[in-house]
Amino acid sequence: MHEWTLLEAAQKVRANEISSRELTRAVLERIERLNPAINAYITVLAEKAMRDAQSCDEALAKGLVRGPLHGVPVGLKDIFCTRGIRTTCGSRILQNFLPPYDAAVTEKIAASGAVLLGKQNMDEFAMGSSTETSCFGPTRNPWAIDRIPGGSSGGTAAAVAAGMCFAGVGTDTGGSIRQPASVCGVVGVKPTYGRVSRYGMIAFASSLDQGGAVARTVPDAAVMLSVIAGHDRRDSTSVDIPVPDYLAATEKSVKGMKVGLPREYFGAGGLDPAVRAAVEKALASLAEQGAEAVEISLPHTEFALSAYYILAPAEASSNLARYDGVRYGYRAETDGGLIEMMSKTRAQGFGAEVKRRIMIGTYALSAGYYEAYYGKAQKVRTLIRRDFESAFSKVDAILTPTAPTPAFRLGEKLADPLTMYLSDIFTIPCNLAGIPGISVPCGISPDGLPIGAQILGNHFREETLFTAAAAIERAIPLPRVAPL
Amino acid sequence: MAITREEVLHVARLARLALSEGEVDRLKDQLGNILDYIRQIDSLDTRDIVPTSHAVEMGTPFRDDAVHPFGDKEAILGNAPDRQDDFFRVPRIIED
Repeated sequence: MHEWTLLEAAQKVRANEISSRELTRAVLERIERLNPAINAYITVLAEKAMRDAQSCDEALAKGLVRGPLHGVPVGLKDIFCTRGIRTTCGSRILQNFLPPYDAAVTEKIAASGAVLLGKQNMDEFAMGSSTETSCFGPTRNPWAIDRIPGGSSGGTAAAVAAGMCFAGVGTDTGGSIRQPASVCGVVGVKPTYGRVSRYGMIAFASSLDQGGAVARTVPDAAVMLSVIAGHDRRDSTSVDIPVPDYLAATEKSVKGMKVGLPREYFGAGGLDPAVRAAVEKALASLAEQGAEAVEISLPHTEFALSAYYILAPAEASSNLARYDGVRYGYRAETDGGLIEMMSKTRAQGFGAEVKRRIMIGTYALSAGYYEAYYGKAQKVRTLIRRDFESAFSKVDAILTPTAPTPAFRLGEKLADPLTMYLSDIFTIPCNLAGIPGISVPCGISPDGLPIGAQILGNHFREETLFTAAAAIERAIPLPRVAPL
Repeated sequence: MAITREEVLHVARLARLALSEGEVDRLKDQLGNILDYIRQIDSLDTRDIVPTSHAVEMGTPFRDDAVHPFGDKEAILGNAPDRQDDFFRVPRIIED
């Protein structure tokens, strides 16, 4: 039953074909069996999940359906605050943090009737592309245990791919939902900036961070996004626009849809030939269903990574200033004064990648450098945004590879930060422009590793993404769960 | 772009990071490489370009300046590494 889709599981619970307790117990048993090897979860809430499942069963017996995911077990990246439940962000500095409140996403998942299985592993503070920077150890790719699951939402993608939950919620600052979805063979959607509330979502780079869904099918991802999307007064960048019926969009035809192919993405040096072939197959499947391919140019693409590695670390260095060992989190032992306590706390509490980004960001914002780095990067961001504005005056959607290669091996890129950063070369421009993006499985490499295609749309056109992704999914059937 | 050991130490002080000698050496090389890469944006002419701080245009939303008591003080103070009654306790602030 772990292979059921989210929609199937929800339908079977509602129809009394299975109880939420049976369903939740089955997934918890699978987690117990697989998590020691895959390490997708930092915290498993076995007892709480069973209590919540029982409460769902009791409600249903009285005819009460709490929401679209009534009784179905799901997971959350450990970046979303859960009241009274440890929330670590993959960091030693928050190892024992018990949030006094729930994130907006946590509230919405609860309101949908879903059962929370646990908190999923991630790169420390969402900084990474491999889930290797977590202080709880790396997550492994269920398709190949010696490979990375992508990152930073690698725990969520691996759990979904391994049948250790029916769906999950991750976050995406530069590709952290789409890249792990791509290398784990699942669907990951990052909506338009402002679609999902950031309230209670631990901040990395506030102008880029966005929550989104990870699931095994496009319709599942559509339902999951409907659950978490919506306006929230507590996030001043949350947008007050009605949430459309994403699930209905997955049933629409792509006939007449204009799909742009940016030559800068397909001409990129590091693009694996198997990835290119699989994405071309996805394009062919769209064309067969009546979509029209249009070659386009996004001329500033090559500058996106540079702009991102100024803006994101700069915002991170400011956001992470709050971890000082005073009010919550880890505190270093010291005989010295306040400043020494803070400096030692941060040196011991943060891992190497987080320190590196704090250093880049602090440098870029320091006296004399602000204009040359942060100011300049914000202007480059405008140029990248305009590239997309111009493209979307000609096409409805843009098709690209999600990641330049299938999953690489653990440790392969850890020693060279810049090589690791290049894993996100196709996903980063989307965050800079604030547009929505989805990754959908479109093939398997000769080594047996999943490959994802990325579809980008204009602001608030998530429906277009779901229509195109569902068309690819229908045309290219692939295993929903990794062959473990 | 070369970055000096002194610059690394200066930035670490600003960021309140007590780095080890080994970390300072490693970061000196790594930051140099990363800055080299990101400086490629220098080749773009951006003289007349307006900077983007948020990608989705929106006004500043206003709300009433109303107090909403949180209530569960213990849930907050329970996270404190060190406390005294209802206060967060810290080492001395004014150095001798």
